[in-house]
Amino acid sequence: MSLPDAEALLQQLAAAMRGEVDRGTALIGIHSGGVWVAERLHGMLGLELPLGVLDVAFYRDDFECRGLKTGVKPSAIPFEVQGRDIVLVDDVLYTGRTIRAALNVLFDYGRPARVRLAALVDRGGRELPIDAAFVGGVMQVAGTDSVVLGLGAGGRLSLSLTGSDSDG
Amino acid sequence: MTGNPQLGASGELRHLLSIEGLPRAILVHILDTARSFASVTEREIKKVPLLRGKSVFNLFFESSTRTRTTFEIAAKRLSADVVNLNVATSSQSKGETLLDTVANLAAMHADLFVVRHATSGAPHLIARHVAPEIHVINAGDGRHAHPTQALLDMFTIRHFKGDFSRLKVAIVGDVLHSRVARSEIHALTTLGVPEVRVVGPRTLIPTQVEKLGVHVHHDMATGLKDVDVVMMLRLQNERMNGALLPSAQEYFKWYGLTPARLALAASDAIVMHPGPMNRGVEIDSAVADGAQSVILPQVTFGIAVRMAVMAIVAGN
Repeated sequence: MSLPDAEALLQQLAAAMRGEVDRGTALIGIHSGGVWVAERLHGMLGLELPLGVLDVAFYRDDFECRGLKTGVKPSAIPFEVQGRDIVLVDDVLYTGRTIRAALNVLFDYGRPARVRLAALVDRGGRELPIDAAFVGGVMQVAGTDSVVLGLGAGGRLSLSLTGSDSDG
Repeated sequence: MTGNPQLGASGELRHLLSIEGLPRAILVHILDTARSFASVTEREIKKVPLLRGKSVFNLFFESSTRTRTTFEIAAKRLSADVVNLNVATSSQSKGETLLDTVANLAAMHADLFVVRHATSGAPHLIARHVAPEIHVINAGDGRHAHPTQALLDMFTIRHFKGDFSRLKVAIVGDVLHSRVARSEIHALTTLGVPEVRVVGPRTLIPTQVEKLGVHVHHDMATGLKDVDVVMMLRLQNERMNGALLPSAQEYFKWYGLTPARLALAASDAIVMHPGPMNRGVEIDSAVADGAQSVILPQVTFGIAVRMAVMAIVAGN
């Protein structure tokens, strides 16, 4: 199957968000693909507040069976979360479990006024009552495949499919 | 038993008993994970839910304030339930064996034991006998090892120096009786520090320590020259009055870290000490409280590093 062009999806995602975010809105990218998308959106939307980054490793619901893998990155939220309008940004929205974990991390920083979700790709398959306010595009993907965002030369984003199951 | 008793079938860290024999990748995984936990400890809410519902037993057969307290804080920040036992004052004094004590605590559904013991190898013994779902962390055993102290020191060095690959590190003092020194040497060499020195009087440096890949110096002037990191060891009081050393004053005269001696090291060298310090014996107050001292950051980093070790072993 042919995969959509991630750069085109990014343009559509930015277009969907334009007019829905303002100078009080803060973006928080989820490691690692979500951070790449958030960095691009941050520039495209001309947002003023610095970008936040979250790693959900310490809040995942599958620690019991997976343990702590390598590659955990520090979370950094360089603004006050209390009372803030926040858009969480992830690359691929699938089961919703990552977003559940990200919300829990976020609320340990403070009580935001509002949290919305932006995803470059919505591939369906939700296991939790979570939905995105903004999506770049929708894909139908077999449950055994995972959609992976890559960062190429010059910061160009691209999508690929791998055979192993993911839980994004 | 095959291979390293700390590692599971696919090489994952199931217990932390000693730095010796651990691959560099595991040490780096712990240090990287600790960096993320350090970012948690800067938040308003310093807890994460990782070990919710788990029970951590701090089993201290030998007294310790700093180590036990930081393990306790670390476990609580991982949302574990923590039970502190000073076994020296309880059932062992009534004659119960070590393994019976552990079996009884395991029957109370312990998930993780943090063990300090005056006898080398006690945490290994426990790790060999507990059920497979129970994990053991060595918090210092005899003269053998103190792996979490070494790891928090590696974290401190990486924090202030960035990279291990060009460093000169001096470990100064009573290397002979020090479990900390042994763990530091293994950690530093595993992480690729090119020059590790041990500095101290002949009576306090173990014979054949060179086999661990270190250079031996008996003179502070040559031992400290141009080093980037000075790791002081505690001189235990009970060593001072025996045959090994004439007196505390005499020791300070030759091996105490004074501002003048520290000036021989690189100008941006950091000074570390695992505590508790003997001011005026192994270290001058002007150095301990000086601009190059990172002794208090070591304590702070100890929490994040112990969180990382507990979370990694509990997940494996």
